[in-house]
Amino acid sequence: MNDIIIRNGRVIDPAGGRDEVCDVTVADGFIASVGKSDGKAAETIDADGLIVSPGLIDIHVHCREPGHEEEETVATASAAAVAGGFTTICAMPNTHPPTDDETAVQYVLQRAARAAKARVLPVGCITKGRRGEELAEMALMLEAGAVGFSDDGDGVGSTNVIYRALQYAGVLGVPIMQHCQDPALAGGDMNSGASAVRLGLSGIASSGEMIMLQRDLELLKRTSAAYHVMHVSTGTSVELIRRARAEGLAVTAEAAPHHLLLTEAACMTYDPNYKVNPPLRSADDVEAVRRGVADGIIDCLATDHAPHAAEEKELEFGLAPFGMISLECALGLYVKALIETGLLDWPGLLARMTVNPARLIDRPLGTLAEGAPADITLIDPDKRWTVKVDDFASLSRNCPYDGWELQARPVATIVGGQVRYRLD
Amino acid sequence: MTKKASSSRKSRTASEAAEPDEPFVWTRKDLLGLDDLSAGEIVHILDTAAGFEEVSTRSIKKVPALRGKVVGLMFFEPSTRTRMSFELAAGRMSADTILFQSAGSSVSKGETTLDTIRNVEAMGVDIFVVRHDQSGAPHMLARNVRAGIVNAGDGRHEHPTQALLDMYTIRQRLGRIEGLKVAVVGDIAHSRVARSNILGLRKLGAEVVVVGPPTLVPSAIAPMGCEIANSLDDVLGEVDVVNMLRIQFERFGTSMFPSLREYHKLFGMDSRRLRRCKKDVLVMHPGPINRGVELTSDVADGPNSCILQQVANGLAIRMAVLYLVSQGSQ
Repeated sequence: MNDIIIRNGRVIDPAGGRDEVCDVTVADGFIASVGKSDGKAAETIDADGLIVSPGLIDIHVHCREPGHEEEETVATASAAAVAGGFTTICAMPNTHPPTDDETAVQYVLQRAARAAKARVLPVGCITKGRRGEELAEMALMLEAGAVGFSDDGDGVGSTNVIYRALQYAGVLGVPIMQHCQDPALAGGDMNSGASAVRLGLSGIASSGEMIMLQRDLELLKRTSAAYHVMHVSTGTSVELIRRARAEGLAVTAEAAPHHLLLTEAACMTYDPNYKVNPPLRSADDVEAVRRGVADGIIDCLATDHAPHAAEEKELEFGLAPFGMISLECALGLYVKALIETGLLDWPGLLARMTVNPARLIDRPLGTLAEGAPADITLIDPDKRWTVKVDDFASLSRNCPYDGWELQARPVATIVGGQVRYRLD
Repeated sequence: MTKKASSSRKSRTASEAAEPDEPFVWTRKDLLGLDDLSAGEIVHILDTAAGFEEVSTRSIKKVPALRGKVVGLMFFEPSTRTRMSFELAAGRMSADTILFQSAGSSVSKGETTLDTIRNVEAMGVDIFVVRHDQSGAPHMLARNVRAGIVNAGDGRHEHPTQALLDMYTIRQRLGRIEGLKVAVVGDIAHSRVARSNILGLRKLGAEVVVVGPPTLVPSAIAPMGCEIANSLDDVLGEVDVVNMLRIQFERFGTSMFPSLREYHKLFGMDSRRLRRCKKDVLVMHPGPINRGVELTSDVADGPNSCILQQVANGLAIRMAVLYLVSQGSQ
């Protein structure tokens, strides 16, 4: 007998090219069948009017544990994840201490197992201590369960070090995930330009993103590595990635909700909730990043969920830390930016949240193929709802979307055949 | 973050420029910057200051306008003349003052700016005068406290009372502002005085050209309504006012330009350059002057200079601003 039958939902599985109304059955934590089912199950879920999607994957989440458990923990981040429809999140390594050796990787995995909500897959540091100087023990971290490497929060500034990292990771077959920002041009508070000048805030030039990306793409031609561009924020980056792809380079990329929806104009009130790195850019950049996602040049969507304590976001704009949270409302934000604008349909959107990120981290997830782990997200595409940060499972509240009206919301999240979240 | 109910936020209702015959009603409890103000509001401050200028000529230099009020002078960044000017202005209005001074605002010192202000507010302060090294700090405070906030300079953002006293001095010396052309010379990139001057002068109908080396004059400042020039000599003949900004080499060293010698050669005001200006050109400087860098002594102390008049007028402007925001918060 099956454990779960999900009946009469619109089953969208971009991995298998499926989009039809049918049933999905789950047994022993795996997908047993997709199609018409006359079988019986311990639990039947009526999915009439709902989308049945492979569990959503967010490859860019800051869980803050260890080191800043007052802002988020692996447990609260994974609770926030399932509330947002995500069955898998990748934990960024800029913790304190950083996730730069196998013990640190094991620690994150252990915390995730204890929390028993979403799958939490650690990303390890490229360099020891995130200092950008010496390579971290990538092979040992890989063995312990890391799915990629990044010094996120900073780009790897040394050309020599990133070249070696690309050579090394290329042989290991894991992606280098780069936060493209030339350190010599970093150090600002918001996008460079007329708004920053008027506000008297120091700017982060978009050329800082371009210069590192272009350098890395040149190095990539000389290695066999897979290279992933994190949180693409400018139109120039989209064009560089487009060209690199055309040349056959192994480049993937992600876009964050805020770079699809918000512009630098949001900083005009000095509200630190809009301070994020890379910064909010121009309206033209937002349009270009949206188009890049629509074209598939940016093949993944990732939140860059970055929790911060309330007192840190009560500071002056220039003193407040970078980052905003969006795990629990990300799906509705993507729908607003990409489906409501006609740029993508549901299968297109879900491909960028399931099979594409699964391919990047090389895990048999993000699919409803028979035999795959039963990670399933049920989505009500018509549900209109209002974002209320005070209802978030996340420990932090630094979310600029508080009060936004969104359409589409996850109503149930199943991880490994277990219902881990259900919307009341 | 606690936010006050919008009904108590009088400062948000922008006063439109009043009809000539109607009495002008000031409604703001804060003066955060000239960006927020209408031309009518700016003129109203200048006119109010003109009324207070006479107080400083009396033998008993005091009016009771702010008697019983407490003004908190919150200097999170060191300042001498602005602090003294505000302190004296508050005293002449019969307000009580308390002074907070700190060398910096770094978080590592423990207490945040907001906590400091909340603590002092609990002592019963009506108006805070805030100087801060972070742009936007007064705006953050205005969102979070009940007392009025007067920006006495925030980071590289605005210094509204300085620009008001500059405009007051120009009006006094040249009889008008509309139609004049004003050069603002120096480190535009890091200057709150430049930004407030550009905003205020444009609103009152003057033209503004900012002048300096390209590393100190961001091209993205043009949308604020000013021209950009990288040669002082090119603009000297066509301007009515030259406002020479202080080069803060103690803060930036010479990382933004090769040397003070070269800077003075290209952008310093001396008698040779003065001769190429209009005869009645007004030479201004917000102080403190680096003699021999922005200005030579003969220019600074010469007949075209109004530097000390600016300082004197600052008092009247600050009396007017304190008076108006106290009215706005009632």
